[in-house]
Amino acid sequence: MKTAYLILENGAVFEGKSFGHEGETTGEVVFATGMTGYLETLTDPSYYGQIILQTFPLIGNYGVIPSDFESAAISAKAYIVKHPCQEPSNFRSEGTLDAFLRERGIVGLYGIDTRALTRIIRDNGVMNGKITLSKPTEADREETETYRVQNAVAAVSSKSAVRISEGRRRIALTDFGAKGGIADELISRDCEVWTFPYSATAEQIMQIKPDGIMLSNGPGDPAALENQPLVETIRELQKSGAPIFGICLGHQLLAMANGYKTEKLKFGHRGANQPVKDLSAGRIYITSQNHGYTVIAKDSAFVNVNDRSCEGLDYGNSFSVQFHPEARGGPLDTNFLFDKFIERIAHYAVK
Amino acid sequence: MPLNKNIKKVMVIGSGPIVIGQAAEFDYAGTQACRVLSEDGIEIVLVNSNPATIMTDSNIADKIYIEPLTLTTIKRIIEKERPDSILSGLGGQTGLTLCMRLAKEGFLEKMGVRLLGSSPETIDKAEDRQLFKETMQSIHQPCIPSVIAGDVETAVNFMKEIGDSVIVRPAFTLGGSGGGIAHNEEELREIAANGLALSPITQILVEKSIEGWKEIEFEVMRDKADNAIIVCSMENFDPVGVHTGDSIVIAPCVTLADKEYQMLRTASLNIIRSLGVEGGCNVQLALNPHSFEYAVIEVNPRVSRSSALASKATGYPIAKAATKIAIGYTLDEIPNAITGTTFAAFEPALDYVAVKLPKWPFDKFVYAHKNLGTQMKATGEVMAIADCFEDALLKAVRGAEIGLNTLNLPHLSAKTDAEICEMLYPVTDERLFALYEAIKRGVSIDELHRITKVDRWFLYGLKNIKDNEQLSAVRCPLFKMVDTCAAEFEAKTPYFYSVTNGTEDEALPFIEKSRKPRIVVLGSGPIRIGQGIEFDYACVHCAWTLKSMGYEVIVINNNPETVSTDFDTADRLYFEPLYIDDVMNIIEIEKPVGVIVAFGGGTAIKLTKKLHENGVKIIGTTADSIDICEDRERFDHLLEQLGIKRPKGFGIFTEEEALSVAKKLGYPVLMRPSYVLGGQNMIIAFSPEDIHEYMEIILRRKQENPVLIDKYLEGTEIEVDAIHDGKDVLIPGIMEHIERTGVHSGDSIAVYPTVNVDETAVKKLFELTEKICKALDVRGLINIQYVLYENEIYVIEVNPRASRTVPYISKVTGIPMCELATKTSMGETLESLGYKSGIADIPPYHAVKVPVFSFEKLAGLDTHLGPEMKSTGEVLGIGKSLEESLYKGLVAAGYKIHKSGGALITVRDSDKAEITDVAEKFVKYGFSLYATKGTAKFLLQKGFDVHTVEKISDSQDNNTSTLLESGKISYIVSTSEKGRDPAFDDVKIRRKACALGIPCLTSVDTANALADSLLSGYNEENTELIDINTIHEKPVKL
Repeated sequence: MKTAYLILENGAVFEGKSFGHEGETTGEVVFATGMTGYLETLTDPSYYGQIILQTFPLIGNYGVIPSDFESAAISAKAYIVKHPCQEPSNFRSEGTLDAFLRERGIVGLYGIDTRALTRIIRDNGVMNGKITLSKPTEADREETETYRVQNAVAAVSSKSAVRISEGRRRIALTDFGAKGGIADELISRDCEVWTFPYSATAEQIMQIKPDGIMLSNGPGDPAALENQPLVETIRELQKSGAPIFGICLGHQLLAMANGYKTEKLKFGHRGANQPVKDLSAGRIYITSQNHGYTVIAKDSAFVNVNDRSCEGLDYGNSFSVQFHPEARGGPLDTNFLFDKFIERIAHYAVK
Repeated sequence: MPLNKNIKKVMVIGSGPIVIGQAAEFDYAGTQACRVLSEDGIEIVLVNSNPATIMTDSNIADKIYIEPLTLTTIKRIIEKERPDSILSGLGGQTGLTLCMRLAKEGFLEKMGVRLLGSSPETIDKAEDRQLFKETMQSIHQPCIPSVIAGDVETAVNFMKEIGDSVIVRPAFTLGGSGGGIAHNEEELREIAANGLALSPITQILVEKSIEGWKEIEFEVMRDKADNAIIVCSMENFDPVGVHTGDSIVIAPCVTLADKEYQMLRTASLNIIRSLGVEGGCNVQLALNPHSFEYAVIEVNPRVSRSSALASKATGYPIAKAATKIAIGYTLDEIPNAITGTTFAAFEPALDYVAVKLPKWPFDKFVYAHKNLGTQMKATGEVMAIADCFEDALLKAVRGAEIGLNTLNLPHLSAKTDAEICEMLYPVTDERLFALYEAIKRGVSIDELHRITKVDRWFLYGLKNIKDNEQLSAVRCPLFKMVDTCAAEFEAKTPYFYSVTNGTEDEALPFIEKSRKPRIVVLGSGPIRIGQGIEFDYACVHCAWTLKSMGYEVIVINNNPETVSTDFDTADRLYFEPLYIDDVMNIIEIEKPVGVIVAFGGGTAIKLTKKLHENGVKIIGTTADSIDICEDRERFDHLLEQLGIKRPKGFGIFTEEEALSVAKKLGYPVLMRPSYVLGGQNMIIAFSPEDIHEYMEIILRRKQENPVLIDKYLEGTEIEVDAIHDGKDVLIPGIMEHIERTGVHSGDSIAVYPTVNVDETAVKKLFELTEKICKALDVRGLINIQYVLYENEIYVIEVNPRASRTVPYISKVTGIPMCELATKTSMGETLESLGYKSGIADIPPYHAVKVPVFSFEKLAGLDTHLGPEMKSTGEVLGIGKSLEESLYKGLVAAGYKIHKSGGALITVRDSDKAEITDVAEKFVKYGFSLYATKGTAKFLLQKGFDVHTVEKISDSQDNNTSTLLESGKISYIVSTSEKGRDPAFDDVKIRRKACALGIPCLTSVDTANALADSLLSGYNEENTELIDINTIHEKPVKL
């Protein structure tokens, strides 16, 4: 394996080995702490433009299992692990991580001190980095400074409206880079799911007369200028009265449509062990999370137990959460929120 | 919900003596529990029969009862102390069972005591097989399908129904003998018929075979608000079929895809919710490696061995959180002490793996069956942390103290391929090494997987180790931190492990910040026979003392069950092997002013020489003095110079030398290797044949040091622990062994104060001890074993370090021996600490240490006591008289005190003259006597009324074995010249007694003590309950 490097915006350099696609790339370096679920992470569109760093050192143990993918593509720019497994073992495995990344053209870096890198990001906040095949230069570092994740939603959203299932309740799922798990949860609850591209207008969405509207997760800064039209669309959708359920970016955009502001977290929440508290029930759930921004709110329905940040809002018939109730990967503790969504839809239908 | 304010006084029950399956982990758990209760201002009444524990230290609980863990005693203590609550989930199975019985009898309710933690209903649902199955069915959790069959047809029908292989387990046969796996009807008919015949109640359990499935464990926490989290997942290297306590375990799970993992995680949470567990709980599951099919194996509704492992593997203090939950807190109210900023309501994220390797006693017990199955046999374990499985496994092997620093087990290289293959299945303690040897010989991973069902992932790990064996490039290790959160949050508590690749050392900033002198305290490694929890007790006290003296303390240890590896015992903890290279790596970075080896048992002492050679300062007694005690020639020379007698002896390397020396000394002789612990591989040889057998076994492993042969003197054994500061010698107490020399000191009943040692002898003992202390220039503790033989005092052994008896004597005398030893080894004087030279005053109590064995877990092992230590733990009996303390000690050790019945006596010729005393006492107590021919003849001659019994080999239906089964026998006295080999008749009888739970005494002295105790008139109702915090004014000073 070829020697490869990572240079960070702050000038720190890590020397490791290349795996997957042999090449150079720049992205925002973020760390994910999940000990399982690397396939779900890799195929999660919310990682668009980012270089994913896995804190768990043994990645690829159970190989590549296409049925566990959250989307068809890998939206991340690169993948950093300590020890990629060359001899995976699982009855469903169809190959190695290395081959998978190579096939998808995704740059991989391994054999670096992943914990040291994690600590840099934890202490300094998220920063950009570039993976190079030769010793990084000042020019490489400068390049990281100018890198921005832009038009992220547009890049990962589907291009046209499609009905993907038949069922009792009709759900409009706006795809900002939706994980497959969200649609699957709705389908398993007897829903007729229509996915809409991010650019769909409220009018287009309301044309199908949805019983409920699902706002998906997605990448990037929710407050980015290019997201303004989405906030407007959501405002329009709210007027219909149909229950809305927002997840992750969907949660943030819904909050913005209701006058909340967002801010960037120092290094985000990415992992499968984030505790959130349901303030009305007093219960704690362990959730799967992947976000770098948070809603500023004083009336949260859910808060993060560790840093008290907003994890969910309730608007009456609409509600939203920052975490991922569809899990994949991660704990299924909050899966019941989809039932809650269906209940709200039923309640709305009666009215 | 915060603390329940109605809780003001809580009883905590410990787990009693160390036995296989219940080791140091409950001292760790119980100590954590007590600290939590103290923090909340709750008064603690502690009960534990095991004195070698931190939890029974005066500063841990308000009231401390070192009393037998029996229902009657606990009830009496409750009546006396009137606690308002009792904590059930932290004292192992022993504590849990006692609490359950108290609850079920209505005693707790009657006394107004609330049971903290899980309710009796919950515990029943988890522990009662049928209730558990029903509960699991009600929440659609799959159990392993099974049927109880009284005939072959039921078994066959069951097999047809499930359409799969089945395991047959006969009811009430020990060690599952007579069972087996049936793959088809024909096999089943044979195995079932055989099993039914062997079962005394003609009953078999027929269970679907899930052999080869992955065995997965989850440590779960739940609070009363129904918040539930997973602390840690664990995966067994050995698939279902090997007890998890005997399996190599990795944390977290490594071969499960997220979908499988979440399925089992959700199942575990659903299970603990349906049971209603409040606190910590362990869920064991089996997963079919070829599908999503799984089955629930069992649930432990309490803190367990796995909890200790999970705590140390993640940094999450399970026992602490479980206690907090028990007294009313919810998970989000409990701070995470490691980060200081987050809470217990989260799931730890690891950025490393932890590997556990069991420590088995087979190196000592060469005749014990080494097969691993459903009965746990390991006495302890080591854990190792690294950033990959390969490194962690190698660390674990280095730390296990099995003479290996690689996976190459020397004696395997001489085996044929076929022999290696045979070692792969059934599983033994050597399978790991056989797998490695097979890989080296080119056997394919697929083939090895087919034979062993060990997941290919692990097998490839072994292959990676092989592939890298040649690349022995020395890489300077770096230290990384265990922080519960994969570096997501900053950690406050420095708990480190080494990695061989990386760029950042996380220990360095802590060391650079340090302004105090640093001292390294070496721990005692895994619990094994001969080196138990008492050495961890000593290390912890040493660390605490050094901290109080203003030093920065660094502990190195690798035993996850211990208090010493709790994250806040030392200033910095390195969870690393106590192997010279690993220890040196830490010393190089820490640059301590010195290393303390005197408290970590033989594990630490063994490293002294090499540390010294590496220029490391050994604090306390010098490396040279330690060497004198271990080196036969130097030791002999010293005693000669001092004019102190010792049994004549020599050091030899070959069988020929041994035979000639033995001839010179005259049989019997005592044989042992140098640097022994617990009399490992120690025997009394009565003949050249014994020497031959011994040398053959001992030379299987390379001996760097000579084998020692001594003249064997049968006398009274006396044990002295002393503290020397360079000027004064303090002897806190002198102990006498009930059994004469020949029974290892660790297996002897030790009494304090002495009974048969007169004033002159006491004076002489002090003089000798003082002489030795001065000659060796001991600083700190020394342990000397003497033998009183024909009015002469001989020295048998000198250990310039903390001994097994230190916690026992510390507690009984109130003299903080470890503290004094630590301070004197740092240069303080006894005088400045308020002590003078001499033997300390004797408190108005007698204390008896009684050994406890785990014989029922070790099939094939002769229970006859000898110079090789066999006990796994000990209990203490304290009373106003020797009889009372002995009675309590025996009861605490599990001896059933029968009021009537029979005693079977079968003794070797040399014991016959003395057995009449014992026989007389049994008769006086109203027992019938039974004896084998030779003994019976002798007793008849002496006028006893004796039933003569045939040997097993002489009669089919009227022999010793059938007599034992008849239930007429309450006690057995069995001694024989020749033991060990399971084929001998005497060994069979002793094994049978063990299987039936009949106390078997293998020394006339022990039998005498028991008989005295029976006659003493003590019973569980009339002994005095003693709070040891009140028996001496603190501090006791001369």
